[in-house]
Amino acid sequence: MFIKLKSLLYNNEVRAIAFQVLAVVFIAYFVYQAFDNMMLNIEQSGIRSGFGFLNDEAGFAVNDNFFLTYSPTSTNLQAFYVGIVNTLIVAITGIFFASVIGLVIGIARLSSNYLIRKMATVYIEIFRNIPILLQILFWYSTALSVLPSTRNSMNFLDSVFLNSRGLFLPKFIIGTEFYLVLASFIIGIVAYVFIKKRSTKKHDDTGIATNTIPHFLGLVVLLPIVAYFVFGAQLEYPALKGFNFQGGTDLSIEFFSLAFALSVYTATYIAEAIRSGIDSVDKGQKEAAAALGLRQGQAMRLVVLPQALRVAIPPIINQYLNLTKNSSLATAVGYSELVTIFSGTVLNVVGQAIEIIALTMLVYLTISLFISLVLNIFNKKMEIKGK
Amino acid sequence: MNKLLKLSAASLLVFTGFSVNADTLSDVKSQGSLSCGVSTGTPGFSNPDSSGNWSGMDVDVCRAIAAATLGDARKVKYVPLSAKERFIALQSGEIDVLSRNTTWTHTRDTSLGLNFAGVNYYDGQGFMVKKSLGVNSVKGLDGASFCIQAGTTTELNLADYFRSNNMKFKAVTYDTSAQTKGGFEAGRCDALTSDVSQLAGLRSTLKDPSSAVVLGDVISKEPLGPVVRQGDDNWFNIVKWSLNAMIEAEELGITSRTIDRTSTSPGVQRLQGKTGKLNEHLGLNKDWARNIIAQVGNYGESFERNIGMSTPIALPRGVNQLWIKGGILYSPAFR
Repeated sequence: MFIKLKSLLYNNEVRAIAFQVLAVVFIAYFVYQAFDNMMLNIEQSGIRSGFGFLNDEAGFAVNDNFFLTYSPTSTNLQAFYVGIVNTLIVAITGIFFASVIGLVIGIARLSSNYLIRKMATVYIEIFRNIPILLQILFWYSTALSVLPSTRNSMNFLDSVFLNSRGLFLPKFIIGTEFYLVLASFIIGIVAYVFIKKRSTKKHDDTGIATNTIPHFLGLVVLLPIVAYFVFGAQLEYPALKGFNFQGGTDLSIEFFSLAFALSVYTATYIAEAIRSGIDSVDKGQKEAAAALGLRQGQAMRLVVLPQALRVAIPPIINQYLNLTKNSSLATAVGYSELVTIFSGTVLNVVGQAIEIIALTMLVYLTISLFISLVLNIFNKKMEIKGK
Repeated sequence: MNKLLKLSAASLLVFTGFSVNADTLSDVKSQGSLSCGVSTGTPGFSNPDSSGNWSGMDVDVCRAIAAATLGDARKVKYVPLSAKERFIALQSGEIDVLSRNTTWTHTRDTSLGLNFAGVNYYDGQGFMVKKSLGVNSVKGLDGASFCIQAGTTTELNLADYFRSNNMKFKAVTYDTSAQTKGGFEAGRCDALTSDVSQLAGLRSTLKDPSSAVVLGDVISKEPLGPVVRQGDDNWFNIVKWSLNAMIEAEELGITSRTIDRTSTSPGVQRLQGKTGKLNEHLGLNKDWARNIIAQVGNYGESFERNIGMSTPIALPRGVNQLWIKGGILYSPAFR
């Protein structure tokens, strides 16, 4: 028995585990003590602690609000949600446009056309090498000085207006008619996806290609428009009343400046990732595609890009994460996202720095981990099978 | 943002480690300088000049405390803070006193572990609008957009006022005072709202000051004053009575030039430190109040030098006049 125990003591594996357990216990104890001490000190210095403040009335107004109900009588928790939604919306918009621009520029960087190639290089070198905060401030002040004032707004068909305060759009009045139009839109998309799948299958089986663009226009574009007129859904139009446009919905100029700057900046990194991805695809692949009779565009889309993305996705994930984190620079131009609302105004009203900064960090951590998770799953799917 | 994170981390460290040292006076004495939190630049209140020398009403409070405790008004280390950073900096012990146009409110006084040591300027929230709008009262601003600085009581007052008057508004919130002014100048909003004392200063720095007017309406009361941490009553007393000494000196009619003149008035003699033991319970030298008046001046001198009619800010004394002259400035008795 004793010998057995002794041999355990000298067993490398057992010792390694024992040391690791000890280390974890030690760190956990240290963190616990620090936390306990912190709470005690906060209490002793008369500072309010805990999360009770989330249920207090916020008391301040928020400029950008997409679809949550919020007014100065709402709670701090609701203000927190508005901040999260605004952060997510600017991040998603930025990620979408950064990807599109990045893809185009990345491909253009390898174009055989001298002018296109050089223009892409110049774009990347300029926007990658200027700090993002400066770019945000630059686009914001440019937008403010270039766009007309409220009274001289650019007017599109009396229903869409653009001025130095933002873009003002008509809004659907939510009701039965609105849901019918929404339903027809969804049906259109589902039907189109079905048709597209069938045509792909037909192409795989027989090699006969069908043009599905007319189907797309008919089902996804025309159908909802027809439904709109048939059901007679009501729109609320923005109109200039007094100082500002009232009614409808609006996207603030702060949102545009921020989303634009983030897209343009991050696109440079994505373009470089795409370029390195395309470069990594063996030249033989392109030649083989040409030998099969694929046109240049088809070869890029069907043969080169799917292989290039495999290499490009990990660095692109990093750029998506950076873009999301950079969105906190919004505070410089006054777009009301999480940092501006929550660790700005709420922090100042409530004063509980530790709780508020911790919650803010938790949100960014969650968003970042979620983006990594989704893209890692996507990456798994894109990996070469059977290797 | 980075500074905010750093301060939060600092406060986290302070709170997890040792409690903030509760004897601020001996800390200040051993450091040989007072660490004073001021704004990042508010003309007339705390503003650095091109060579980095700070001046203003709030700066004078810092200087008075340094004169009282260290005998030298120049021994101040100024820490410029944004509205969002100021309380964390004080709570974590980064600064000894906060003198940064901070409104004394119930919530701040009771839930942040802080004490307001008095009022050095009675302010109120006002509005600046573009002259071209032709608006002459806040009531005419229904539906307008406002540029505001984040992290101020201004945001809350604006929402309260428009709610109680059943009016609509849009608020564009910026991080600093300079950005707020920039937004207003570029036409992002119809009006800029802030404390009246700051509006005058902001207007004077516009590219075309005559294009904007400050409305006569005042929608809130904003008593601004120095703030200290709770739990150090002696330090609280020192800050409170340093400010009171300036007000008392004006009431007694003594200035930086006349403080050392021999006087038969017992009140003046007590302030000069020639009689009485006003210094003992504060743990200061006999000449503490004398140093304040000699080096910083009385309240009226500080007012005229920084924001009075002879300065570009040109604020009238208004309610910030002595009680004996129709204002509300009133120092408790020096005896």
